[in-house]
Amino acid sequence: MTPVLDAMTPVLEMSAASFAYRGSAAPVVEDISLKIEAGQSLALVGESGAGKTTLLRLLLGLARPTSGTVRFDGDQLNLRDRRQMRRFRRSVQCVFQDPYSSLDPRRRVGSIVSEPLRSLGVDDRRTAVPKVAEALERVGLPADAAERYPHEFSGGQRQRIAIARATVCDPRVLLADEPVSALDVTTRVKVVDLLSELKEERGLTLVMVSHDLSVVASLCEHTAVLERGRIVEQGDTAQVLGAPVDPYTRCLVESVPRLPA
Amino acid sequence: MNILDVRDLTIRTADGRVLVDRLSLTIDPGERLGLIGESGSGKSLTTLAVLGLLPDGMTATGSVELAGTQIVGAREKQLTDVRGRDAAIVFQEPLTALDPLMRVGKQIAEPLARRRGLKGAALKRAVTEALEQVRLPEPGRIARAFPHEISGGQRQRVALAMALACDPKLLIADEPTTALDVTVQSEMLDLLDTLVRERDMAVLFVSHDLAVVSKVTDRVLVMKDGHAVEEGDVREIVRAPREEYTRALVASARQLESALDLRSTR
Amino acid sequence: MTQTDLTAQTQQTPEPKRPAKRSYTLITGCVLAGLIALLALVSLVWLPYASDDTSGGRLTGPAGDHLLGTDKLGRDLFTQLMTGSRIAFEAGLGSVLIAAAVGVTLGVLAAFAQGWLDDTVSAFLDILIAFPTLLLAMLIVAARSASLGSAVLAIGLAQSAVVARLVRVLAKRVLAQDYITAARTSGTSWPRIVAGHVLPNIWPTLVVNLALQFGLAVLAEAGLSYLGLGAPPPNASWGRMLQEAQATFITAPAGALAPGILLVLLVIGVNLIADGLRDALDPAARRRRA
Repeated sequence: MTPVLDAMTPVLEMSAASFAYRGSAAPVVEDISLKIEAGQSLALVGESGAGKTTLLRLLLGLARPTSGTVRFDGDQLNLRDRRQMRRFRRSVQCVFQDPYSSLDPRRRVGSIVSEPLRSLGVDDRRTAVPKVAEALERVGLPADAAERYPHEFSGGQRQRIAIARATVCDPRVLLADEPVSALDVTTRVKVVDLLSELKEERGLTLVMVSHDLSVVASLCEHTAVLERGRIVEQGDTAQVLGAPVDPYTRCLVESVPRLPA
Repeated sequence: MNILDVRDLTIRTADGRVLVDRLSLTIDPGERLGLIGESGSGKSLTTLAVLGLLPDGMTATGSVELAGTQIVGAREKQLTDVRGRDAAIVFQEPLTALDPLMRVGKQIAEPLARRRGLKGAALKRAVTEALEQVRLPEPGRIARAFPHEISGGQRQRVALAMALACDPKLLIADEPTTALDVTVQSEMLDLLDTLVRERDMAVLFVSHDLAVVSKVTDRVLVMKDGHAVEEGDVREIVRAPREEYTRALVASARQLESALDLRSTR
Repeated sequence: MTQTDLTAQTQQTPEPKRPAKRSYTLITGCVLAGLIALLALVSLVWLPYASDDTSGGRLTGPAGDHLLGTDKLGRDLFTQLMTGSRIAFEAGLGSVLIAAAVGVTLGVLAAFAQGWLDDTVSAFLDILIAFPTLLLAMLIVAARSASLGSAVLAIGLAQSAVVARLVRVLAKRVLAQDYITAARTSGTSWPRIVAGHVLPNIWPTLVVNLALQFGLAVLAEAGLSYLGLGAPPPNASWGRMLQEAQATFITAPAGALAPGILLVLLVIGVNLIADGLRDALDPAARRRRA
């Protein structure tokens, strides 16, 4: 399924990347170095204001780092290079936190899910139909969902639609911004299961921004902890969450509310 | 006597849909009850009904007795007397619960002046005390700040200070930590626990998160689609849920938590 | 919590089929505006008299040959009313078309502006809105000539600033939604994002506003014609009929009352349509948005 690349080349890589808003001295994220290798899912963990969303925008090619680089398949990502960006957009897709704002309320689900295929020039409206049906089936939605509008679906179902859209063009990397935090607990578990299934079956590499450590632990092999725009600790998830070295990580792990034994 | 006695509370929308269906619950003075449910379960509506704050078009039937006052069908005048004195509420989103155009100190002063009749220096002292009580650093600076100038956690502490200002007999907390970061949530839950314990206050704690509820309350009531599904000791329910829905809820929470344990012990 | 919880509830419980509530506002508005539109349409193919036919005798008052009588030059009032309704519709539609074309283009472009450019664009639009339509009309008439076209151009340009400001705010709100980011990460180009996501989502609010602008344009054209800045004679505009009938109002009120009443009815009709559209489009939009 996944195109076999040189095993040593990370799909996405950030080196010493910083980002500051124009006219603002303090960078939102600073000196970030990350490697995302195929099949090795990464969680970016942090609390509000840690710079998680900015980091995601850099990785999505929606913003350019003020210093440092973002590399895709070994080449520096150039937002002006149309051919590279087309390849990049096909390989890297995104799921958002809020399943209400992430689906255009005036479009049918079929049109929403097929948007990447049509925009990337892979398919037209007609030839996209079977792929859309397949993508919807994969996320566990009924076949007639394509004909309906987003408001006819619950939050969990809407997040499934968003996942169908993000996986319809067979990307290698799925960037997810708090993909389950807006969902109820029972729904949350089901969507986590779905993401884990997509990882296993389709060799999808997941890069997930989250504040929820249990979700991180369920889905990602690697974890990087962000505090105020800097990475304070990164490595194997078991290592980072099981034996945190940094005091902030330790505080984070200890703060997770637990069920009574 | 119960501080809160809800009997067969039913809440309907204007077009007759039933959102809460014959719900009954009681809270003794100083007792804490957790209300657990997912979105659409009617848990938040129930808390609003307790204070007679249902949105326009929704009607409540049945009985809600708060410290001996019947809330269902009560006049606005009676309700105003009850709110703050008998019960106060802390909402999920502190940014919308506070007036964005009013300094924090003034917002806390308002209930203090109204309920305790304080003025001038005494009022100012009471405001500082109220802020200190919720462990806010530099109460002077916070009192002069506008809500958007302080952090989310600090805003929620301010909201808590306002709720506690009139020493209510019952504190209603509707997802008070859901909008907060996990480290801030943990501090907030500890604070809530301490303050309520000191005052021997009754609590109705609403949340979708079993783990969070279990940190504050002993007894929980599980709600789904407007119905009470199961009620009992929180440890008991987590250990051996009786109803199918509760089992699903506990299983989901367990599954996520077990991932955390697996990772951290491997 | 309360808010999200409530919306979640309306979201997840299937909407019970409500008996379709007829929008009486919309129907009344359509009837009022429709009757006048009918007058205008008929005037295109048939008029009781030629518009420069002065054979009727002066100020006859309602009588056999002349349904509403004649004016001080002996022209048939009903004929003038019909021509006037045609001109009113031309003025309304023409202005709204200009306002929509210019306003939507400017507004969407302005929505993309950021930082100082954004501030400059909004300041420019505010100045344009403050600039009196009358002054603009005088300038345009001075540059061209007094004609319906000049009046429509002036009104349309003045209104496009109002439309642009509205579109800017609406489009900015849409551009902040996650589905726009999703479209961008799917490689959708900006023109396609505007056509496929932004315009459809601002459409309901925009239509309501344009309907209101139509009413305002009709009023503005009547005003300009009253001042002699509109369609020149012999084309009877309601505004000019009012002006011409002013001197003889006491002795022959029909000449002023008739165009005045039609003007009021048309504007009320269009405003009712706007209100009706708001009711018809908004709850649906809210449910979809929630």
